[in-house]
Amino acid sequence: MPRDPDDAARLKTLRRDLAPDLARLERRMVLRGGLSLGALTLLSGCDLSTGSNGSLADRVLWAMSRANDRVQQWLFDPATLAPTYPASMIDTPFRFNAYYPPDNIPEIDAATWKLEVSGLVADKAPWTLEKLRALPQESQITRHICIEGWSQIGQWSGVPLRTFLERTGADLTAKYVGFKCADRYYGSLDMPSALHPQTVLALDFAGQPLAPEYGYPLRVRVPTKLGFKSPKHIAAIFVTNDYPGGYWEDQGYNWFSGI
Amino acid sequence: MTIVPETPSRLVVIHPLVVRVTHWINAVAVFCMLFSGWAIYNASPLFPFAFPKWATLGGWLGGALAWHFAAMWLFALNGLAYVAYGLLARHFATSFLPLSPGAVWRDARAALALRLSHRVGRYNAVQRLAYLIAIALGLMLVASGCALWKPVQWQGLANLFGGYEWARRIHFFAMAGLAGFILLHLALVIVVPRTLLAMITGRARVTEETVR
Repeated sequence: MPRDPDDAARLKTLRRDLAPDLARLERRMVLRGGLSLGALTLLSGCDLSTGSNGSLADRVLWAMSRANDRVQQWLFDPATLAPTYPASMIDTPFRFNAYYPPDNIPEIDAATWKLEVSGLVADKAPWTLEKLRALPQESQITRHICIEGWSQIGQWSGVPLRTFLERTGADLTAKYVGFKCADRYYGSLDMPSALHPQTVLALDFAGQPLAPEYGYPLRVRVPTKLGFKSPKHIAAIFVTNDYPGGYWEDQGYNWFSGI
Repeated sequence: MTIVPETPSRLVVIHPLVVRVTHWINAVAVFCMLFSGWAIYNASPLFPFAFPKWATLGGWLGGALAWHFAAMWLFALNGLAYVAYGLLARHFATSFLPLSPGAVWRDARAALALRLSHRVGRYNAVQRLAYLIAIALGLMLVASGCALWKPVQWQGLANLFGGYEWARRIHFFAMAGLAGFILLHLALVIVVPRTLLAMITGRARVTEETVR
């Protein structure tokens, strides 16, 4: 903790000056670590993970991914709904999917659980499950498409994120809605996707309160995006104009990842 | 000193510049798309096999997708330029047509009996069919790829393929078809190496006989 306001201001300036360099360094290291080009290395005989070529390839790929974010933002139509399916098409059992094995699923006590709200919102009071259940609920049977390629049809219900953001007096002109999770996952959505009528804060899966493996007690469900854009075990929601990134996005997954 | 060949011959342009440029851009793009696509396939294999690690591009799923979604622009836009040129400049009409099942049957039998000679600058019926199939597979890969990329925004297109899961399979089999074409294509270049030079310089020596 800084002792006086001058120190605090100096630290703040320093952090702000360093932030872009740190972010650049971080993603370069992460992408470089990932881009050991099997085939290309074999043919060209050069190891792109150590040479200067490697960082050039990474820079180009990173820039292309940001360009693809913009193309997808432009392609996204807020009025286009994800296809819905009859209950007979629901897939069971539904896959558990996370960056950790099932043993590490967080155990959450509903009695003490609170949803924190911060950032560009008028009402920052935390929410309980009862309060969320009292809001209007929406149900959907949609296809969950994983970035790995597989897909499954499931049923989610809960509070439309738009309703929640309106109730908390969020600045709906802000750029991002971010999520922090109890399993240390984190993610973010562009505001138009957050306001899409099918984007919900899901409390139920398959007609039951979310099981631990599906994100108890609260998860996002965004049927217009790939599965990793729907964080589970949400502990905090914030509205911001500063790009919040995400657990996978910071490692190189495309941020927008709309479908 | 000049060497006078026995048969009068001259250099003619058999591959127009646009075809050569788009061919080599396509070679790079297809290389990236195939090898990154195989890495993406490996993340959740549709069939009980995976592609060997050495034949993948990107290292991990995030890297492979970054390659695939970058190179797709090169593949699609370059392909669009090639098809537009092929149609507007009548390149397709003069190089791949006429084409009849009878001619394909005749040339295929001749080729299998090793009686089909290579004529520079002129495709036999089997080649014409193969190139048209390769172009159709390319179009199918772009269309099914679009359905996989945007199955919600472009759900009409995805429905044409029978939905997301069918589009995955069609994308895979179109890839397999194109990979088969490329193997055949490379094998024939090895058999007739001067075709490789012609695709770089665009020129090939033809006898007056052939030209006429």
